[in-house]
Amino acid sequence: MAIVFQPTEGLTKKPLHYCPGCNHGIIHRIIAETLVEMGLLDDAIGVASVGCTYNSYEYFSCDFVQAAHGRAPAVATGIKRTHKDKVVFTYQGDGDLASIGTAEIIHAAARGEKICAFFVNNAVYGMTSGQMAPTTLLGQVTTTSPFGRDASYQGYPINVSELISNLTGAVYVERVCVTDYKNIMNAKKAIRKAFECQLSGKGFAFVEFLSTCPTNWGKEPVEAMDWLKEKMIPQYPLGCFKGADVDFTKADENEEVKS
Amino acid sequence: MAQKRVLMKGNEVIAEAALRAGCRNYFGYPITPQTEVMHYMAKKMVQIGGNFVQAESEVSAINMVYGAAAAGARVLTSSSSPGISLKQEGISYIAGAELPAVVVNIVRAGPGLGGIQPAQGDYFQATKGGGHGDYRNIVIAPASVQELYELTVEAFNLADKYRMLVMILGDGTLGQMMEPVAFRDVEPIEVYDKPWACTGRGDRKEHNTITSIYIDPDTLEVKNRELQDKYALVTANEVRYEAFGLEDAEIVITAFSTCSRISKNVIRQAAELGIKVGMIRPITLWPFPSQIISETAAKSNVKAFLDVELNAGQMVEDVRLAVNGQKPVYFHGRMGGNLPTQKEILDKIIEIHNGGNN
Amino acid sequence: MAKVTFNDDLCKGCGLCVNACPRKILALEKVRLNTKGYHPAVCVDPDSCVGCAFCAVQCPDSAITVER
Repeated sequence: MAIVFQPTEGLTKKPLHYCPGCNHGIIHRIIAETLVEMGLLDDAIGVASVGCTYNSYEYFSCDFVQAAHGRAPAVATGIKRTHKDKVVFTYQGDGDLASIGTAEIIHAAARGEKICAFFVNNAVYGMTSGQMAPTTLLGQVTTTSPFGRDASYQGYPINVSELISNLTGAVYVERVCVTDYKNIMNAKKAIRKAFECQLSGKGFAFVEFLSTCPTNWGKEPVEAMDWLKEKMIPQYPLGCFKGADVDFTKADENEEVKS
Repeated sequence: MAQKRVLMKGNEVIAEAALRAGCRNYFGYPITPQTEVMHYMAKKMVQIGGNFVQAESEVSAINMVYGAAAAGARVLTSSSSPGISLKQEGISYIAGAELPAVVVNIVRAGPGLGGIQPAQGDYFQATKGGGHGDYRNIVIAPASVQELYELTVEAFNLADKYRMLVMILGDGTLGQMMEPVAFRDVEPIEVYDKPWACTGRGDRKEHNTITSIYIDPDTLEVKNRELQDKYALVTANEVRYEAFGLEDAEIVITAFSTCSRISKNVIRQAAELGIKVGMIRPITLWPFPSQIISETAAKSNVKAFLDVELNAGQMVEDVRLAVNGQKPVYFHGRMGGNLPTQKEILDKIIEIHNGGNN
Repeated sequence: MAKVTFNDDLCKGCGLCVNACPRKILALEKVRLNTKGYHPAVCVDPDSCVGCAFCAVQCPDSAITVER
């Protein structure tokens, strides 16, 4: 018998501290697998953020810098400008990227920084115990929207991928989820394409992962996956918002980035 | 050493010095009165193939500094008081992660948006840490354009040597001032290995990580003790000051940067009146030259100290700690962007000489 | 001929693999707890495993190895 699946060398052996069923583990793994498959592990520098993934640097076996809350795109800018031949990516949650770090992510995208931002959107603050996030759905109950998010009181969820895709500097933007085998394979393709985008030097790449937070949603892991499909995807439709038709592995300077 | 002197503005000399020190990364956000640093970098960095990024905010700029420093580069940012407040988050992280970086603060008057005229109201912020947590930065206060050059080069060496943030604390007077400056043919660049830097794992067996978070209290306490040990080493090795006239001074002025320049003229005027005045000018504000002040206070010829600052009295607290009650310490300060006149300082000296009140 | 192996110490008993298995041959232990204190996943009908690796791909904790 041959091994058809085993833990990736892109991750360390350290057991993940995430709650049972949390999607971070899947997303970590497929990013790490992609780095290994593309032969980029030794050239990659990741940037961890603040929230549940604050210590993701302990799990990835590439070099990693831990950044202040929301500042990962700025930190990644400093790293990438220093090492232009390396592959630099951020790993950020919704509080980090879509709330406190909105300026950093928007401007990194606008500058067309040659980095990848991996955005994990689970519609809630995980680490700090389930507060309302910028991406919390209308009607969703959190510890700071205990009566359900009310648009007249707490405003509307932010669709970050759509927002980012409006910026010229962002050349590849896709939203994926990891609820099942097919979607995980699709998410992996998106990760690969994001790295290919960076290697092509064409600009900023952004992949949004819809994710569950069983603990703070108060749901069993499998039930949370169903909730994601039923409730989150209507608000946050999956798909490629920019760069769908571009093959970043081809060095065609005249190729237009279609939105 | 080449002694050809060129007339340059203080802020531009800071930028030129950074380039000469091997800094190839500048990240900043515009704010008066330090914008010439940025303008100089915007042009020169591009010409020599370095990195210049005008960030979306000071918060972002300092985090770009954090990233470049983590990646092993020599890196500079510059700003002025309100901008430095915004950078404090990143400065604390840089201290926590022990990254080398140089930050220039061309201080303007505060608090709040304050004014754009020179001040020294950021002394506390600069020397006591500034952001959250138990940390220090090396703080250097040049008093001339020539010193801006030499000490900025030195700042990069110190940053790398100790893996610390070094702050150049100037003010609008110094930044905007034009003076002749003599550049060296070869800069005394000290090269330190950075095996800790995140450069991509490459052939390394282990991955490098840069972080400032230690959830376990014991681990974090050990980390803090290591930081404090390092700060003790810096205090033992790196105190710099200029002192003169202490052998027979009746009154000793303590002043840094712009105030020391004004005070020097007053010392001559006092001598004409028969009052012997000496001076201790801290060049490093942290580590603070406490020992020389303490020793001077013990001298029998010294009757009193006069501390002169562009604030309500900040460095004077460190002077008083060093003097430790041995002699009275008087204070004269101006605020709001105003500078003390020589007459004001001379009047204060005469008052002290005549047995004035503390 | 296929074999699925669980790293028992890493399993958090989330059940995502159980749900992902197209052959429905995985289950969480009902009584036994692993060292983490969870009811870990096990294969209850090893002979029916086709080695598709859907379980391993779905596992957030990289606890599953699949051979075929």
